Amino acid sequence: MNRIIPLQSAPAGCDSVTPLNILKERGQREVFCGLTGIIWLHRKIQDAFFLVVGSRTCAHLVQSAAGVMIFAEPRFATAIIDDHDLAGLADANEELDRVVNQLLTRRPDIKMLFLVGSCPSEVIKLDLSRAAERLSKTYTPRVRILNYSGSGIETTFTQGEDACLAALAKEIPQVNEPTTQAAVDLLIVGCLADVVEDQFSRMFTELGLSSYAFFPPRRSGNLPKVGPNTHYLLAQPFLTDTARVLEELGAIRIPAPFPLGVEGTEAWLAAAANTFAVQPERFEKVVAPKRERAKMALERQRKILDGRSIFFFPDSQLEIPLARFLHRELGMQLTEVGMPYIHRQHLAEEIALLPKDVCLSEGQDVEKQLDRCRSANPDMVVCGLGLANPLEAEGMTTKWSIELVFTPIQGFEQAADLAELFARPLVRKTKLAA
Amino acid sequence: MKLTLWTYEGPPHIGAMRIATAMEGVHYVLHAPQGDTYADLLFTMIERMNKRPPVTYTTFQARDLGSDTAELFKDAARSAYARFKPDLLMVGASCTAELIQDDPGGLAAALQLPVPVLPLELPAYQKKENWGAAETFYQMVRLLGKEYVLPPGEKRAHRPAGIPPSCNILGPTALGFRHRDDVVEIRKLLRQIGVRVNVIAPLSAKPEDITRLHEADFNVVLYPEVANSAAQWMNKNFGQPSTKTIPIGFKATQAFIQEVCTLAEIQCDIEELTKRSRARWYALSVDSTYLTNKRVFIFGDATHAIAAAKVASEEMGFQVVGLGTYSRELAREVREAATQYGIEALISDDYLEVEQKITELQPELILGTQMERHIAKRLKVPCAVISAPIHVQDFPARYSPQMGFEGANVLFDTWVHPLMMGLEEHLIGMFREDFEFHDGAAPSHLGHGHAKTSANEPIKAEESVEVVSAAVVNGVPTMESVWEPEAQKELNKIPFFVRGKARRNTERFANERGLPTISLETLYDAKAHFGR
Repeated sequence: MNRIIPLQSAPAGCDSVTPLNILKERGQREVFCGLTGIIWLHRKIQDAFFLVVGSRTCAHLVQSAAGVMIFAEPRFATAIIDDHDLAGLADANEELDRVVNQLLTRRPDIKMLFLVGSCPSEVIKLDLSRAAERLSKTYTPRVRILNYSGSGIETTFTQGEDACLAALAKEIPQVNEPTTQAAVDLLIVGCLADVVEDQFSRMFTELGLSSYAFFPPRRSGNLPKVGPNTHYLLAQPFLTDTARVLEELGAIRIPAPFPLGVEGTEAWLAAAANTFAVQPERFEKVVAPKRERAKMALERQRKILDGRSIFFFPDSQLEIPLARFLHRELGMQLTEVGMPYIHRQHLAEEIALLPKDVCLSEGQDVEKQLDRCRSANPDMVVCGLGLANPLEAEGMTTKWSIELVFTPIQGFEQAADLAELFARPLVRKTKLAA
Repeated sequence: MKLTLWTYEGPPHIGAMRIATAMEGVHYVLHAPQGDTYADLLFTMIERMNKRPPVTYTTFQARDLGSDTAELFKDAARSAYARFKPDLLMVGASCTAELIQDDPGGLAAALQLPVPVLPLELPAYQKKENWGAAETFYQMVRLLGKEYVLPPGEKRAHRPAGIPPSCNILGPTALGFRHRDDVVEIRKLLRQIGVRVNVIAPLSAKPEDITRLHEADFNVVLYPEVANSAAQWMNKNFGQPSTKTIPIGFKATQAFIQEVCTLAEIQCDIEELTKRSRARWYALSVDSTYLTNKRVFIFGDATHAIAAAKVASEEMGFQVVGLGTYSRELAREVREAATQYGIEALISDDYLEVEQKITELQPELILGTQMERHIAKRLKVPCAVISAPIHVQDFPARYSPQMGFEGANVLFDTWVHPLMMGLEEHLIGMFREDFEFHDGAAPSHLGHGHAKTSANEPIKAEESVEVVSAAVVNGVPTMESVWEPEAQKELNKIPFFVRGKARRNTERFANERGLPTISLETLYDAKAHFGR
């Protein structure tokens, strides 16, 4: 622990690191595990239920991260493993079957059930894929039963969404005939707010694309068809495993920056448009009015953010695209940009847009990173809920990163909203100081 | 394996964190995977603490499991000590680390740190948060108090004449429901009585203070869930008796003063100490008449639930129709308390079971936890929070104790606030088709935003109520009485917050008498039959 494992020569701190020479750290991580993704996934896929197979800690984590009990009866729950299961007094598989039966009897509206693995279920090697297979035999066709792991020993925060979507992608019917028209041309991958999805949908239509779909679908039964004719466009930067499953189905990734900010959104749309040979004139006609409107809206926030420095603690995996947006479109100065892990291929277009002197860090040793943060003394710190109030008490201005996962921030119309999320803490500080 | 939607308590290591975070000079090294750091936000967000809990997590990953997680733990403990220089190091494992059996206690001992190390064994698959807090506090008191244990057969030396009596205040922790304010209130009360406070623990105590616990004449146990086992050990080994009365409510505070005076062997003027209480007079004043026999459902930790039932019944004049707890450790006490109200206690940590019970009982007020607040919101029943688990709004900026005389004042205000005021209730009864005093109208002092939500959904909530209550009240529903339109219309004139009960009672009345239809007359017959 507390070791720095540099890729090349050992840097003393972060300031001497260039983008391709990333500061790698190991130690205490102040980041949620993948179970947390359930909070937005269960709102997105409206007929799915998420059953964590884990400990009381898992149940407590999900309810604490969910803002503590915001729904009277949520579509997630925990099958809490107890000492009977561990001591072999009860057969864990039989117990799980009983719990699933209890749950599905109670909720006849559920069409898809995810068995979600946790640290304890992984350590005791409870095979949830076999359980899902076994239970599927009983409940098909009423309920489809899938599994994925959201355990903290394997996944960080948003990787839970990746694991879930990868499991769901394995259910996608494969279309092998390259000539068939059944598969979609364009698949947009990653949870987006419904309003954002609708905006993108209108734009793709205006660009003349007729065969596109969003993944995950709002209803679990509406899985798109994917084949070698399908190109997929990632809407989120944390979908490593999902991308791999889609590629196994023959789909081809469209490399692009992510649709955050005006520049990111335009480049993202352009990547899709170029793939399907949309005429530049048509693209400009569709995009220009929205782009100009978004730029105008950004101006107000730019006045507040321009020249201010910002420090990112690793959290949602959105850090690099956010840093790119804040730097290039709002004039913010980047100090350290931390991410739980860096997927170089999916982020290649993003990293190319970052300034050369930026400090990227991967992994975390929270105490050392706090030391670096204090010495950088930035105007704003982006961090998780555990760190925000203590840093505020030290006099820093913070933005909780979890809000960025729960808020519609992608696309032209949301670019200024996203900027405002960063401007608000600064505006507030100024107001309260007056 | 148990299906759980919401949990009332976290795992036991959260209890240990509540002790470590409450104290000063303590650091806790927790062998745990990524994700377990969520616990920090309980303190920094819910309690709005301005510093991080003093906890270092080892953050082991899947790839470490094959190699050396023990070494990872030792590195973490070593660097945590070097960085934070605590006076005492707590070490332990969360649920996952318990499975890999690295023995944090043994590993930490091998480091030969120059401070005491408290190894914690908190079985995560059997026990829960409050137990974890109690066990941690007990083990710490034992570890730091072992030098002061009375030799076998020896009695505690009597307090020398001329020295004022002293006590410890035991049980307040971080993330406790109003612990911070209760301590201030009880400390003030003890000063008025003439008892010196030796140590308050765990809240704000240093390990050094824990070594001084034995100096007090007796212990004041405010939260038995946390402090009982430590207090029992001190009784046995230091010869310190402890208080049993929890000073929640006017009467209990009086009884508490009496108990303290007896233990301190001093005289005190209870009347004089009681004078400034407003709650007592407010309850006696005529405008409180409408509170009489309001049906109240109470659920929480054992201490707060038992105390709330007593206050509700004896000081507010409510009728306790339900009483329960999620604290299985103190189930016996809650069962005993429930018999006083002629009811059977609900001992359960199953949120769904609690919800079903509330739905059946249709109380007019719920006194519960954050969970019951949600049930209440759904069923449109007024609610006040009396116990952990709690949320950010239960850490108010103002001084708001639950204990002592000021605590009794706070209880009066907090419990009455969500209710419709007496005259308003009458007006709704009289002018039920009035555009303002209509069915969905919420208590007017709670504002328009509140009324809007009630107006949209009361019928839905009531319907869900009907389904469950019919199944339970009738047992095997042999016959369903049919409502005549006229009777149905009359039923709809009854204010919505009692309509469900009126419907249920009328149907039961009709069923018991084998009436195939419910007429206007049946409705009023039932009203007379069940009337208060």
